[in-house]
Amino acid sequence: MEKEIRKVARALLRDGKVDLVIGYGRGTLPLRSTPCFITDEDGVDELIWDPSCGVNLARYLPDIKGRVGIVAKGCDARSIVVLINEGQVERENVQVIGVPCRGVIDRRKVEREFGSLDNLEITYAEDAIKIKGKDPERKLPLKGYLSEACVSCRSQNPPIHDVLVGERITEDSGVDEYSRVREIESMPAEERWRFFEEELGSCIRCYACREACPLCYCKECFVDETMPQWFGKTTDLSDTIIFHLVRALHLTGRCVDCGACTRACPMEIDLRSLTKKTEKIVKERFGQEYGLSLGEPPVMGVFKQDDPQEFVVKGGKEGSQ
Amino acid sequence: MDENWEPRVIAFLCNWCSYAGADLAGISRISYPPNIRVVRVPCSARVSPYFIIKSLQAGWDGVLVSGCHPGDCHYISGNLVARRRFGVLKDLLGYIGCDEGRVNFSWVSAAEGERFSQVVSEVVERVRALGPSKRLVKEA
Repeated sequence: MEKEIRKVARALLRDGKVDLVIGYGRGTLPLRSTPCFITDEDGVDELIWDPSCGVNLARYLPDIKGRVGIVAKGCDARSIVVLINEGQVERENVQVIGVPCRGVIDRRKVEREFGSLDNLEITYAEDAIKIKGKDPERKLPLKGYLSEACVSCRSQNPPIHDVLVGERITEDSGVDEYSRVREIESMPAEERWRFFEEELGSCIRCYACREACPLCYCKECFVDETMPQWFGKTTDLSDTIIFHLVRALHLTGRCVDCGACTRACPMEIDLRSLTKKTEKIVKERFGQEYGLSLGEPPVMGVFKQDDPQEFVVKGGKEGSQ
Repeated sequence: MDENWEPRVIAFLCNWCSYAGADLAGISRISYPPNIRVVRVPCSARVSPYFIIKSLQAGWDGVLVSGCHPGDCHYISGNLVARRRFGVLKDLLGYIGCDEGRVNFSWVSAAEGERFSQVVSEVVERVRALGPSKRLVKEA
């Protein structure tokens, strides 16, 4: 995989098809990779590919002028589709190097078991992580340490790509991607409120979720606005819940559940419990799925004459039209 | 709960229909609960979810947004765009455990003074049953 990605990147740069390739490079911390920007053919050997490549690189696209090659997993490619459909990125300016993906690691799951991973040698085999330190080498099955978003992933293959590296994966269509959301929905309202109070109450307003998100591309985020200042910037419970609520609203019809926000969160907040719900609302209310093909209209920018309106207060006997 | 508590509902009314509907109710001397405070907006689509969430944060017990019936929008389709937005907002509020009954939407035309009064009564009663708003309220 790695070799092939390098080969493709080299060819793109050599043929002058792109000025820049965004990919993953070796991170300095265990189980982490770092975004890698290559402008020169000679640099392509820095590119890597392994289950630590969790950052959604599409995040950089709206900010970059010129032609870009980008390494994209299934979910990353879906967010690129949304960016193109929303007019944030020009299709002809991107060369998508699609990589079918078996999921990325949730390093916290490994850390919880091993404690600190410093000074350990970590290598990857097909479907396994090998950890070697003073103790004899241990082989962890990748499946048990996947990021939650990857566990319920239904878009392992990139929906768009200019070059596909590696074999397409047969996606497991039997996965219930909304199982977590359903679990929360089944709680009584009181309990749900307590759950979100607790979950979102630990937010320190660092905005790592926003920065990691490819679809939080607003030039000025609503929480940074000061004229008028709509919502407070404090870690007051009301302010933090509203920040996450409004962020979820803004991501309605956009979020492709890549899980980058959740992995970026230093407080380990389950942000997907909110964003995944928006995806479900869009599916149930408007019957739309998005981020799958070019040319689809932005969900919240369009309407249908017969969108459901069961919530409308009718007033009186005759009711609404 | 304070025995004298009365719900306070903020109502965002579309200038072209519901606001005129409220006016008609007044002119026709149709009474409705005095618990609402009206904010006139150019269209129901002018009502950003910010308005609603901010109202809840500021301690309003309920919110009513009222616009033109589908098909009657002064701006052709503003109310239909708004309808999508409100559906999502209401679902999300309910999901996080807020009383979604505090957030209400209705269609009232300029000719429906009677309906305006009925909608307001219905909303005020619904909010009254929920009691004073606590969730999302920011204590000063």
